[in-house]
Amino acid sequence: MAGVRLAARPVAPHGKLTAFDLENRILSPDECLSRCELEALQLARLRQTVARAYERVPHYRDCLRRHGVGPDDVRSLNDIARLPFTTKDDLRDNYPLGMLAVPRENLARVHGSSGTTGKPTFVAYTRTDLDTWARLCARFLTAGCLRPGHLVHIAFGYGLFTGGFGLHAGVEHVGAAIVPAASGNTPRQVTLLHDLGADVLICTPSYAVNIAEVAAAEGIEPSELPLKFAHFGGEPWTEDMRAQIEQAFGIVAFDNYGLSEIIGPGVSGECVYRCGMHIQEDHFLVECVDPDTLEPVAEGDYGELVFTTLTKEAMPILRYRTRDISRLDRSPCACGRTGVRMSRVVGRTDDMLIIRGVNVFPSQIEEALLRVEGTAPQYLIEVDRPGSLDEVTVRVEIRPQDFSDKMSQMQALRDRIDREIHSVTGVRVTVELVEPLTLERYAGKARRVIDRRVTRLQ
Amino acid sequence: MKIPQLSLFLENRPGQLGHPCRELANAGINILTLSLADTQQFGILRLIVRDWKRAKEVLEGAGHVVNVTDVVAIEVPDRPGGMAELMEALESASINIEYMYAFNYRRGNDAAVVIRFDDPDAALAILQKAGFKIVSSTEVFDNMAG
Repeated sequence: MAGVRLAARPVAPHGKLTAFDLENRILSPDECLSRCELEALQLARLRQTVARAYERVPHYRDCLRRHGVGPDDVRSLNDIARLPFTTKDDLRDNYPLGMLAVPRENLARVHGSSGTTGKPTFVAYTRTDLDTWARLCARFLTAGCLRPGHLVHIAFGYGLFTGGFGLHAGVEHVGAAIVPAASGNTPRQVTLLHDLGADVLICTPSYAVNIAEVAAAEGIEPSELPLKFAHFGGEPWTEDMRAQIEQAFGIVAFDNYGLSEIIGPGVSGECVYRCGMHIQEDHFLVECVDPDTLEPVAEGDYGELVFTTLTKEAMPILRYRTRDISRLDRSPCACGRTGVRMSRVVGRTDDMLIIRGVNVFPSQIEEALLRVEGTAPQYLIEVDRPGSLDEVTVRVEIRPQDFSDKMSQMQALRDRIDREIHSVTGVRVTVELVEPLTLERYAGKARRVIDRRVTRLQ
Repeated sequence: MKIPQLSLFLENRPGQLGHPCRELANAGINILTLSLADTQQFGILRLIVRDWKRAKEVLEGAGHVVNVTDVVAIEVPDRPGGMAELMEALESASINIEYMYAFNYRRGNDAAVVIRFDDPDAALAILQKAGFKIVSSTEVFDNMAG
């Protein structure tokens, strides 16, 4: 490995973690396959996946035929480029479970993505898929210091969202104990963390900041909680935020990544060297493409991540366009894992916003406004994170026909907009009625969003 | 018998109230009376002016959303109980008041209030029957300066 720059050292013992806690431990030898072994495994699994998709999923059979590709045409990993992409729209078009590759009776679980157009998209798992998922989560949790004997506080939603159940199964697989706190009721979270003394926190990074603030407000210094480390995911965050959270709680924070269409959490996660998230390449084939040309970007450049599942039974997915912008680092990692590392997600190729962990599209706000009779479609979405939580203000221009001299009617109009936006997006926003023609007009594509949350490129 | 009232939507930020007043001043339009209703976020300015059609044009030309509604101006005896009697008359007839404000119109010993009813015609009938003096638009517009 002469000449190859390795990440200097694992995260230094700090906070309440000792060098012993930070020992690099690897759960499965499959995480350390040589490139050659890995690629042979990937190819075999890819061929199997394409064959199953072709035989059992009408959508893929049609798609592959249209592309003039059959299962036998996949002879090398490079042939992935011949396969069609899958997008969120394909999942919507096959709503609710039109892309199953197994009979419905063989399903063990259904999850949903966090409702992007009012109608969620569903994903399904067989028993084997759930086992795989648990093992994959267990791998990155182990990479990030989780050991049997730890007590883990999970403050992710348990429901259609993959976060709660996914991490729960992963922690169980490691053999640690769980406080399934779920999300919400932050003062109670603080009480649980304080009284039960969990070692590990699992939630979104912004919720962690919120917990720290609420703890402080309740007179509990967050750094005095017994927490030692945390695994955060579900939304983009920054190094600044990591530093802030680590300092507040006196913990070490690890990053992980996943999306329901691929499996949920468990697609990638950080090791103790924290130089990117190792993608679990024996289960997912990753590409990084230019979102416009769909050609691979140059090695190490930012591009859109595209994943192909290699072992999913219930819902194999070919070349899923994540819309997430990241970059891949194939240099060796000192931890010994050979999985390529992805950087933090630094942006989206579409206009999707992630608000307190929920995916929101400006088009949904527009849809909600149109539902409210008499509301002008001139609007501006302002997103900010003044404290720890995302706050959204939707400014809506009032039109003469909407305007009443009665205050009660104006308040009712505002409330109606409020309710519609909540029912379409699932997110609470502040609605502000503004005077006509006060929002800036654009000749071309209107700028509908001002996102003041700082997302620093690494 | 009803008086046209202009309403303006105003965002609740500094300077918002001055702008329409300046626009009317530049057009030589006098404000006979006004009231402001506000929330944290926005306000509604209600105005009575003599040449309301021209005022509406001026304000709309300046980019405001303007709405015209009929209100009723009622004379109220300027003594203790004057207002209570008016309210009791409306209450006993189950007439609902949307909002009201004082009117700086004066004739003899009477004061006046402007009231916005859901059904101004029904309210007028009840009030006239009960003997209240309704201020007519000609009275307002002719007797007052501007």
